Amino acid sequence: MTSFLTGWGRTAPTPARLARPRSAEQVAELVRGAPDRGVAARGLGRSYGDAAQNAGGLVVDCTALTSWSLDETTGLVTAAAGLSLHDLMAALVPRGWFVPVTPGTRHVTVGGAVAADVHGKNHHVDSSFGAHLRSLTLATADGELRRLTPQDELFWATVGGMGLTGIITEAGFRCVPIETSRVRVDVERTRDLDHTLETMTATDDRYRYTVAWIDLLARGGRMGRSVLTRGDHAARGDLPRGADPLEFSPRALLRAPRWAPDGLLNPVTVRAFNEAWYLKSRPGSFVQNLAPFFHPLDFVDGWNRVYGSRGFVQYQFLVPFGQEATLRRIVSRLSAEGVVSFLAVLKRFGPGTPGMLSFPMPGWTLALDIPAGRRGLAALLRAFDEQVAEAGGRVYLAKDSRMPAEMMAAMYPRLARWREIRDGADPGGVFRTDLARRLRL
Amino acid sequence: MRNALGAVDTVLLLGGRSEIGLAIVERLVRDGARHVVLAARDAAGGVPPVIGAAEVHLLDFDAARPETHGEVIEAAVKLVGDLDVVIPAFGVLGSQEVYDADPVAAAEAVAVNYGGHVSIGLHAARRLRDQGHGTLVVLSSVAGVRVRRANFVYGSAKAGLDGFAQGLGDALHGSGARVMVVRPGFVIGRMTEGMSPAPLSSTPGQVADAVIGGLRSGAEIVWVPGMLRAVFAVMRVLPRAIWRRMPR
Repeated sequence: MTSFLTGWGRTAPTPARLARPRSAEQVAELVRGAPDRGVAARGLGRSYGDAAQNAGGLVVDCTALTSWSLDETTGLVTAAAGLSLHDLMAALVPRGWFVPVTPGTRHVTVGGAVAADVHGKNHHVDSSFGAHLRSLTLATADGELRRLTPQDELFWATVGGMGLTGIITEAGFRCVPIETSRVRVDVERTRDLDHTLETMTATDDRYRYTVAWIDLLARGGRMGRSVLTRGDHAARGDLPRGADPLEFSPRALLRAPRWAPDGLLNPVTVRAFNEAWYLKSRPGSFVQNLAPFFHPLDFVDGWNRVYGSRGFVQYQFLVPFGQEATLRRIVSRLSAEGVVSFLAVLKRFGPGTPGMLSFPMPGWTLALDIPAGRRGLAALLRAFDEQVAEAGGRVYLAKDSRMPAEMMAAMYPRLARWREIRDGADPGGVFRTDLARRLRL
Repeated sequence: MRNALGAVDTVLLLGGRSEIGLAIVERLVRDGARHVVLAARDAAGGVPPVIGAAEVHLLDFDAARPETHGEVIEAAVKLVGDLDVVIPAFGVLGSQEVYDADPVAAAEAVAVNYGGHVSIGLHAARRLRDQGHGTLVVLSSVAGVRVRRANFVYGSAKAGLDGFAQGLGDALHGSGARVMVVRPGFVIGRMTEGMSPAPLSSTPGQVADAVIGGLRSGAEIVWVPGMLRAVFAVMRVLPRAIWRRMPR
């Protein structure tokens, strides 16, 4: 069946033949029969750009691969690549376990989490998903299923490798024990960007989970004002008597309309939203369920549609510690231009993984959503790319849908090594995606 | 690949010395295209130096030799990969008086202006369909919207080309690839040197700007200037007795 596919940003659709294998063996079989235009893996389509598209080729939808097992003594989970973190959490949390890393949505697959080496609010202490992996099974270009461990170079070319070394069919990783399905949350508001960075630097290490929502429309003395949300897994004693400590049943409460008018998000509505969000986030401490703490946007199903017919881009970059001047320059430019972004997120990263194309490394990362139709956006982001690269930082490939190919080598210094390993594993170029073509990987 | 903001990476210009073609390429490079193939007769004998930071390749291409057109498309793909935008920009205008006197010259001009475009267009379309994306930009003309006494050899070839391009666009519908038909009026440039401009004329740069706008919005037909669309809505239904007396 031929379908037009896009990423979560709903930009640049391309057609591909879709196949939905039921087993790892069927994945390998599809790889053996790869068409000239190659094969790409796809999970739940939460990459923002073209990472899970393959124009004119084959796209393997892995979401039917959902088996899993848990070793209750060690917390080691072995999960098929198409299992969503949502389903995994629904099974693990009542048993007293939690995933080692979760991104801002539960609706990603295990395979996607590995391929993008995703990070979450605990990156400053726990690093990214790849750091918790013990093993991978990969359907490689020769049509075999290969088991990889962190001792293999191909393993670290695959972690963060955006699906270009093969199709991940299974992953084994350590989960963390939890006493409850709740989080003890501390909320604090900061005055401006410097205050935000200082507070995070000084207090991050006291919490397992931290993130800052930053109001990019605030100007002048309030530029960079933020709401800091920090938390730790709650203990049994933090809960009221009689509460089921491991109750977990998250649902989407709202569904975005199938059709949203273009221009719904404009400077007026977004400024009002940002103002309201800042004011409603009163400083204080409370106990909250896992889902609203980790995945606030999952409460609106299909929220990506509110950006209208032209879709949106997410720009997520990082700069290493010591390059705060670049972060400051970009934030002030965004603020001056009045770039419409709601829920821009700032996070302090800890150590990265050996993943050669993995995004995180010690520093600051900022993520923002911008409607794709905005005038002058291409030039604005290109200028940011250059400043970020100059500062020794990079742009996150799982979010990217527009970066010029020539930025890659500067941002990802291990790109050449990654290419050698990929070319060794896939000499004929079987694994191809629109992202790989666009960035000439 | 075209990115989320509409910028493309690769461009193939057939008729690598065309003023309009080069003006389009220049703008695509300004907006981010990095790989350009210029295909022209005697490409080695000198093609205008291009163009910003792009990587430029030259290919030999003869519009009048359709048996070679398949290889040209293949060679371009070998050089730069997927073709994001293909622009056949070759053509000859000629004068109606010369054609009236020399039917062989007329037939040769039509072979380039229509037949050459049909052949390269079909080869390009096959590639774009296989790769599942890309735009073929067809430079038609208002001369083909309603053919005039004053240039009916040229105009009839453009009329054929315009119909061909629309049909090809429909054939590609749903494949991810598409065709954009561009209908300029009188374009002031090398091709029309020595002629006095008609009303609502444009420059190659203005045509190129309109093409860029059309690529961005996904237009199927672009008139340059846009006003010509309204003008020709009227022209098309003028009684023949009046149309026949149009001075040019």
